[in-house]
Amino acid sequence: MSRSAAVAAARLALLAGAVLALELLCRAGVIQPLTLIPPSAMAAALAGLLWSGELNADLIHTGGAVAASLALAVGLGLPLGVAVHGLPRLRRALDPLLAAYYAVPTFVFYPLLVAILGLNQAPLIVLGTAFGLPAMMMATLNGLDRVPPVLLRTARVHRLGRLDTLASIVLPSAAPFLFTGCKLALAYAVIGIIAGEFILADAGLGHAISFAYDGFENRTMYAVMLLVLGLATGLNLLLHLWETRLMRRRARA
Amino acid sequence: MRPEARPRVGPGTREAPGPRGTAGARDAPGPRESHAVLSAVTRVYPGARPVAALGPVDLDLRAGEFFAVVGPSGCGKSTLLDLLAGLSRPTAGTILFEGRPVDGAVPEGLGIVFQEDASFPWLTVRDNIAFGLRRAGTDPAETARRVDYALGFMGLADFAAAYPAQLSGGMRQRVCIARTLVTRPRLILLDEPFGALDQQTRLLMGDELLRLWRETGATVLLITHALDEAAMLSDRVGVMSSRPGRFIDLVETGWPRERDSRLVAEAGFGTVTARLWARLRDESLKAIGGPGATA
Repeated sequence: MSRSAAVAAARLALLAGAVLALELLCRAGVIQPLTLIPPSAMAAALAGLLWSGELNADLIHTGGAVAASLALAVGLGLPLGVAVHGLPRLRRALDPLLAAYYAVPTFVFYPLLVAILGLNQAPLIVLGTAFGLPAMMMATLNGLDRVPPVLLRTARVHRLGRLDTLASIVLPSAAPFLFTGCKLALAYAVIGIIAGEFILADAGLGHAISFAYDGFENRTMYAVMLLVLGLATGLNLLLHLWETRLMRRRARA
Repeated sequence: MRPEARPRVGPGTREAPGPRGTAGARDAPGPRESHAVLSAVTRVYPGARPVAALGPVDLDLRAGEFFAVVGPSGCGKSTLLDLLAGLSRPTAGTILFEGRPVDGAVPEGLGIVFQEDASFPWLTVRDNIAFGLRRAGTDPAETARRVDYALGFMGLADFAAAYPAQLSGGMRQRVCIARTLVTRPRLILLDEPFGALDQQTRLLMGDELLRLWRETGATVLLITHALDEAAMLSDRVGVMSSRPGRFIDLVETGWPRERDSRLVAEAGFGTVTARLWARLRDESLKAIGGPGATA
């Protein structure tokens, strides 16, 4: 077994051990059912909810908002990062603001967004975008900072224009950082959307968790929480595998 | 001094590029004609305390010759290359390539190999080599033909599908040379291309470089800090002073066109390197502020 496979197996064993311990503690009554239900019961409840189609509308609601937020965060963050990178004075002015961005509790603006945009998906998408966009911008700036100057000189030798240089040299060279930006934007979009749905929305997985919590429906609440965790972890794992595959080409032998 | 004023020694004649040659016949000057000319070129880096990096420099590169530039660290060798390539503008003076002024843009017909690894890590060796041709809109069949030839010529045929990360430093440098070669430059500028390689690999890469120089008929300007490399590879070696760099000597090696690294064993080789070092020693001491430096 290779070293990386051994590490992955150990990680999986640790996770399985934690789940098993939780299962045993719940079944033994050490943890009260009103506090936490056994993981197997969560899984069973989730299977039931999915099978019944009860969560379909919420899944579509949250999934659509996350997808839109991710697309906007990446679609705006990337060109904004490129533009700011090309304007050093603006960059100097923005750098401290970007660095301190995540110290601002963005959620406090959610009621304001609802007041402006209405109680629909728009405020959620804006919130998710506002969460992910700076991460994408910072990743883009980091990536562009690290493009080896010799590659830019090579672009000049080949007499490439600015856009051609950007498309053929700069962005491919910065791809690992851009990929990290996309991963962060996805994570932040999920956090922003679910949290936003939790507070004020009338649909979505966050709302489903909140609704179940208010009604003491522990089975439903934990089932949806498990679903959110599973989706977030699964998406991240997929991106990680894709990234690993791409980066393997660049790793020095 | 103006290096071009000195008579050539050695064979001097240059063959026209063969069918596989990379020098384009349309714009290429004939043998012994001026290919690139620098006249009273200076470069001063502006700032609170402006730095005079180069010059004034006069240089006449003859078509098809292999010219090396040696000089102490920081004397402006790479600045000279940047100016000639159009990667930066001179503060004063004029630069002509094939009779046309070079004014801050890389002219057509010119190729550069840098000291640093300039291979694109996201592209395979084949795609790296084809890069310039594809950007220039070369016919795909012609691109494939040239790339296949370059892969074979540079000993990279077995690695066409590999990524640069899977290659050694010397092989990656060969990829960069091949990428330059396939665009058929008439003037090839080499900025210490073997600087990161060990001595044995440098000698072997030098042999390959001489082979491609003969094959292509291109004019080559090599910037190097290695005197033996300059002496082995070149028809003429320009010796630069410490900063601001000026040419203080021009050494004609007199080697035959058909040559390789076995030259280092010949008696005349030591004579050439000794002359280079004799001119360079004081300048190098000046550059590092050594006690033996003469004014």
